[in-house]
Amino acid sequence: MLTGLKESAAVAASRPTTGPEASRRQFLKASAVAGTGLIIGMTLPLGNKLARAATGGAAAVDPNAFIRIAPDNSVTVLIKHIEFGQGAFTGLSTLVAEELDADWGQMRAEHAPANAALYNNLHWGPMQGTGGSSSIANAYMQMRQAGAAARAMLVMAAAELWGVSPKDIAVAKGVVSHAASGKRATFGELADRAAAMEPPADIPLKDPADFTLIGKHAPRLDSRAKTRGEAVYTIDKSLPGMLTAVLARPPVFGATVKSFDDSAARAVPGVTDVVVVPRGIAVLGKGYWAAVNGRDALDIDWDESTGETRGSAEMMAEYKTLADQPGLMARNDGAVEDALASAAKVLEADYEFPFLAHAPMEPLDCLVQLGPDSCEIWTGSQIPTVDQGAAAAIAGLKPEQVTIHTLLAGGSFGRRATPNADMVSEAVTVAMAIGGRAPVKVVWTREDDIQVGRYRPMYFHRLRAGLDDQGNLIGWHHRIVGQSILRNTPFADFLIKNGIDQTSVEGANNLPYAIPNLAVDLHTTDVAVPVLWWRAVGSTHTAYSAEAFLDELAEAAGRDPVEFRLAMLKDHPRHAAVLKLAAEKAGWGTPLPQGRSRGIALHESFNSYVAQVAEISVAGDGQIKVEKVVCAVDCGLAVNPDQVKAQMEGGIGYGLGAILHDAITLDGGRVEQSNFHDYQSLRINEMPEVEVHIMPSAEPPTGVGEPGVPPIGPAVANAVYAATGRRIRQLPMALHGLTGA
Amino acid sequence: MARVLINGEERQIEAAPDTPLLWVLRDELGLTGTKFGCGAGLCGACTVHVDGVPVRSCSTAIEDVEGSAVTTIEAVDGRAAEAVQAAWEKLDVVQCGYCQSGQVMSAIALLSENRKPTDDDIDAAMEGNVCRCATYVRIRAAIHEAAKIMEG
Repeated sequence: MLTGLKESAAVAASRPTTGPEASRRQFLKASAVAGTGLIIGMTLPLGNKLARAATGGAAAVDPNAFIRIAPDNSVTVLIKHIEFGQGAFTGLSTLVAEELDADWGQMRAEHAPANAALYNNLHWGPMQGTGGSSSIANAYMQMRQAGAAARAMLVMAAAELWGVSPKDIAVAKGVVSHAASGKRATFGELADRAAAMEPPADIPLKDPADFTLIGKHAPRLDSRAKTRGEAVYTIDKSLPGMLTAVLARPPVFGATVKSFDDSAARAVPGVTDVVVVPRGIAVLGKGYWAAVNGRDALDIDWDESTGETRGSAEMMAEYKTLADQPGLMARNDGAVEDALASAAKVLEADYEFPFLAHAPMEPLDCLVQLGPDSCEIWTGSQIPTVDQGAAAAIAGLKPEQVTIHTLLAGGSFGRRATPNADMVSEAVTVAMAIGGRAPVKVVWTREDDIQVGRYRPMYFHRLRAGLDDQGNLIGWHHRIVGQSILRNTPFADFLIKNGIDQTSVEGANNLPYAIPNLAVDLHTTDVAVPVLWWRAVGSTHTAYSAEAFLDELAEAAGRDPVEFRLAMLKDHPRHAAVLKLAAEKAGWGTPLPQGRSRGIALHESFNSYVAQVAEISVAGDGQIKVEKVVCAVDCGLAVNPDQVKAQMEGGIGYGLGAILHDAITLDGGRVEQSNFHDYQSLRINEMPEVEVHIMPSAEPPTGVGEPGVPPIGPAVANAVYAATGRRIRQLPMALHGLTGA
Repeated sequence: MARVLINGEERQIEAAPDTPLLWVLRDELGLTGTKFGCGAGLCGACTVHVDGVPVRSCSTAIEDVEGSAVTTIEAVDGRAAEAVQAAWEKLDVVQCGYCQSGQVMSAIALLSENRKPTDDDIDAAMEGNVCRCATYVRIRAAIHEAAKIMEG
């Protein structure tokens, strides 16, 4: 059975490329292009322009790669990042529209195709992808330059058409005009002529004082479609003759199929195929309901001898034992052990963090159509370059023979950015296993998502710190034990340094506080649970332990938590400023109503600085209500302040749900949770009021998708201590009888 | 073969009687605005109206809505619907947007029954609708905004 995949691959590769099948495919391809609604007005053969751009002979950014102006006057921005809620469509379009002097109403956005040469994430090297809260940050100048170049081309076209000097032409809100002659034209009217223009090499960008869209309010481009059920996600995409596939994957990580009986599965009406693939057994059918019932009817005997059969409690016990030994040093300032030995007071605290699932609302899904020498993929591709490469390797094609249509994704929080392209790879193997006979859409159930997914790793932290007799923090030792996210991935080369996975220690090894003796060390554990970055990655645990422990130290020093931090932030003015702003706006130090208490936390992640004050009440039965969160953020120049606010609100809600409720636990290697009843999301009744204050800044923009998450856990933990006298050092809080309400 | 009034049109359904309404809508009728989130009535992404009442279509068999009127996000209309969708857009509620069809359907049902919901009313009506992007602050504000629009 297990050789099936290779045989199918051979079948697919040997199929003739001519004949009715191929022409039908070509026709479909042509229709698909026509159907995307791209009426290309301003477009040029990319090759020569790009070649010139590369040699510095033309504009730094080719506008044709990013902007299409149609005769109907719409301006479509090709977005090189996936839109999964964070606002990339709106944000990148704002940058273009600003320099283009477009009218916001004429702006449209769509995903760019997979092409690492054109749509590279400028922060990542030669790779197209979205992550690390980098979309606005990496594209800020590039999109503005594209907009400015397109504007210049429109001006040149108008000058030529009207026989006037380009210098006398003005552009505002999508209208090109010449005051002296009274001539006016829309972008759409000029698009064809502008396409023939050569943008100048050096185009000045606007003075920020002249911005009319950046830093102002630009409504989201996707609000209307998403409010009316019109937005198309992968799960909504279908092709003629398409089959839906649902997979049975191993019940413990690393197990394999020993034998199976598929007679009951095949008897389910609508089931068409049962195929073995490397990730398990796929049942294909006409529609999801047939496929999932077929999958559930499989009788499979798994070989668990190669599987990870430890429970999470056993793993945590091993982690604790490891924490007694020194790890690999990630940072070592001064002489920590000497400082601790000489300290007037030494505190020590252990923290435990569970595995977490991402649980995006749209379960993972991927649609694949194989051709004789092509592979077309429709999915919420977060790293198209990786997905394209993986699909090509599996299908025996060149990467350029793999077309990726990135569709809107119903959330990700890191889950769709898999270094091994799990979602895409498995869908390609299923399509190959039926010889490319039909397009195949693999859909994960919610139970698949929770039970056979990839997780924020489980971690154990041990912190020790010493205060001198003046209450100054003189030594800090932070030990982290847990799995590496990046080991054995394409990211290892540049993110694992001297054996230290940067994502394991980030947020700890860049602790901003001036502590003369500071060490961070790491034990990377050997566990076969698949792990992955989870919104804010390392900072999801390092911020919690560091900021909660600081609160303990402030108390031991007899100092106010804000003053205690500020005294150690003299060299970090941006940290200090958000901390002060949050404290001031929250009325830090002022009396609270009966039954309320506050906690504060500060954290930098992805070059953005966020401080939050949580105001909570705790009922007699242990129900925590986070009443209000005051959040101060410094993300450099806020391109879209309302969307910055939205990301802070969302980050707080996402983080709060996890610290209150969530853990993925394993018993005998099996995940014990399965759906939203036992892996709970925050719900509306638990959502606090959120007040966001954005630090005015002229610095380049930095990310906001993730940085709202890390401070909420420790801010709430510190408030819980203020309310109850209990230090919560093991998450989720529900383990301690504290539940959301 | 069930006969169901879907978005004002009488449809003959070919799917087996125990097939969830969600998959009939999505896979048989191509009405993909209603989303699959959990398959167990836990997240509300699949909320539709059956005779005006919000129902989780993933956990409702097609045979159980025989003779009923089903309304999905594609066809929902009326004063409350217009107000909710206008308020959602005005406040830019959505992020990934995947849960929002369900949120909008639940909010319309609430406002159709209760023209001036309090925060507690909103919690009670909306806590079955999960949003992993946690757009709840704006959902709450948009429901109040929609109530205001309906008043005016």
